[in-house]
Amino acid sequence: MTADVSATVRPVPTTAAPGTPPRGRRVNRVDRSRPAPVSQILLTLVLLVFMIPFIWMVSTSLKPGNEVFASPPSLVGSEIRLANFSEAWSYVPFGRYMVNGMVVAVLGTLLVCVTSILAAYAFARLEFRGRELIFLLYLITLMVPQEVMIVPMFILMQQLGWTNSYQALVLPWAFSAFGTFLLRQFFLNIPKELEEAALVDGASRLRILTSIVLPIARPAVAVLAVFTFINYWNSFLWPLIITNSTDLFTVPVGLNGFLGQQGSQWHLLMAASTISMLPTVVMVLLLQRHLVRGIALSGLGGR
Amino acid sequence: MTLVAPAAARAATPGNTAAGRRAGLTALGFLAPSGLGFLIFTLLPIVGSIALAFFSWPILGDHTFVGGRNFVTLVTTDPVFFRALRNTVIFVVLYVPVNFVISLGLAVWISPRIRLRGLYRVLFFLPAVTPIVANALVWRLMLQPKGLVDDLLSSGLGLGPTNLLGGQVSAMVCVVAMSVWQGFGYNMLVFSAGLDAINPNLYEAADIDGVSRWRQFWTITVPMLSPSMFFAAVLTMITSFQVFSQPYILTGGGPGAATQTMVMYMYQKGFQFYSLGMASAISTVLLIIIVLVTGLQFLGQRRFVHYDG
Repeated sequence: MTADVSATVRPVPTTAAPGTPPRGRRVNRVDRSRPAPVSQILLTLVLLVFMIPFIWMVSTSLKPGNEVFASPPSLVGSEIRLANFSEAWSYVPFGRYMVNGMVVAVLGTLLVCVTSILAAYAFARLEFRGRELIFLLYLITLMVPQEVMIVPMFILMQQLGWTNSYQALVLPWAFSAFGTFLLRQFFLNIPKELEEAALVDGASRLRILTSIVLPIARPAVAVLAVFTFINYWNSFLWPLIITNSTDLFTVPVGLNGFLGQQGSQWHLLMAASTISMLPTVVMVLLLQRHLVRGIALSGLGGR
Repeated sequence: MTLVAPAAARAATPGNTAAGRRAGLTALGFLAPSGLGFLIFTLLPIVGSIALAFFSWPILGDHTFVGGRNFVTLVTTDPVFFRALRNTVIFVVLYVPVNFVISLGLAVWISPRIRLRGLYRVLFFLPAVTPIVANALVWRLMLQPKGLVDDLLSSGLGLGPTNLLGGQVSAMVCVVAMSVWQGFGYNMLVFSAGLDAINPNLYEAADIDGVSRWRQFWTITVPMLSPSMFFAAVLTMITSFQVFSQPYILTGGGPGAATQTMVMYMYQKGFQFYSLGMASAISTVLLIIIVLVTGLQFLGQRRFVHYDG
């Protein structure tokens, strides 16, 4: 809306006397690709304000503990204390939480990608009875929010004897219909002709999937993988419910426990929070081009 | 959804011939890993969630069928349920429009005339991918008494010491503000993609006709973007009804029950008071509300959404 408030108006021949601002209907014509320096500066200021929480987190993580609430607030404390990071690490078993989080997120992501690729290919390309019906069932479950399934999922884990276990952290959310749905849409857009020659040559479907379809679908699979990883890594409510020993805590549950336990140690808590953000931030910055396109294509929006 | 079958597959109607049976087996092989997990870990819990609401089901011990008693308890004697319901609705009513205005505004602002627009987009999107618990923690640090915000308000503006997280109204405002900060990036990216897909000739033609920027926004941008907006509205609404982590970390639901939400209450009932049946009843009510609201949105879509690319 505010896009062109500061736009430079291209000079338009008018009959108005020089000096009076041009007021004709044509004043609106603007070159839509020309840089807009004022707009850019304002946007950068907005971005800076927006980043304050991140800036404050890193700033606090580097201050001595007794300067966290110093008044007036300052960005840099009397010293830059990198030791906060190692102290946070030993204050709580944070390394353990990071490893747990990694193991769970990587296993979950692998599982989601493999099962979704196979099922999506079946729905997109293979002929079998009941295909449309089963796919409809998948679609319907997309509407049901995870939170609604938490209690029955907990009871299921109890029945299986899996509470407080890695499989309880990984398996319950590895079979949502989302990945299958996303990849099926992508596979449907790949021209069939590419596969037909190989079919005639007698290649198996699995072979065709891995050597023809997957290379083309790599961006879509990458998007699915990154978002699945992020979801596992950031997930809070489920790990909070299903784990009760620090041996199995993931990073968000660990941070929450840290808060309860060491409420006043904000410099250490912020150091831990900063570390917790690194994996996803790095991933997103590295893959930024893919992600923006992937969100457009998959509609992962709306959080 | 309909597929034109390749010649080889068309000849074999599934199941009727040897080739068809083989095709069926292949399909089964592809579908089994996902399908089996889907059956156990998606379908079963969904069906179970509704059934459980009719049981008294303590975490340890025997469960018994109690009919609609959980629901009756919730609406008649439960002291917190309606408060949590009301808070959740207030949250949704505040969160969704603010999220939309900011995400759409920024998507439009980061136009092709902005250099490095990809970088701006990703930076505004960052809090959506960093752990929500870590995000909420730093907000809590900034908002609590003697924190950054309090210091700026009291010494900077002379407003006296503030306790934003401790006020009935201000606590909810904080939860909404933090949630918007954290969450609008998704919609911003969806809208950005939608905007990039609009044919620039439309704007050029409007420029030539002397249509003002403001009118162009309402007569070109909004209609062309309405499919993305509808889609984003449905998803944002669904996720915002499930708000949990932000109030849990920021306020713990307080002060009193001022920021207690339905999912928080479900968590409390189920996993702090160990009554899984009651927790299921709460989540069933939540599901019904979400289904109703989504249904209404789909009904409204005919009037407001413009489909023809």
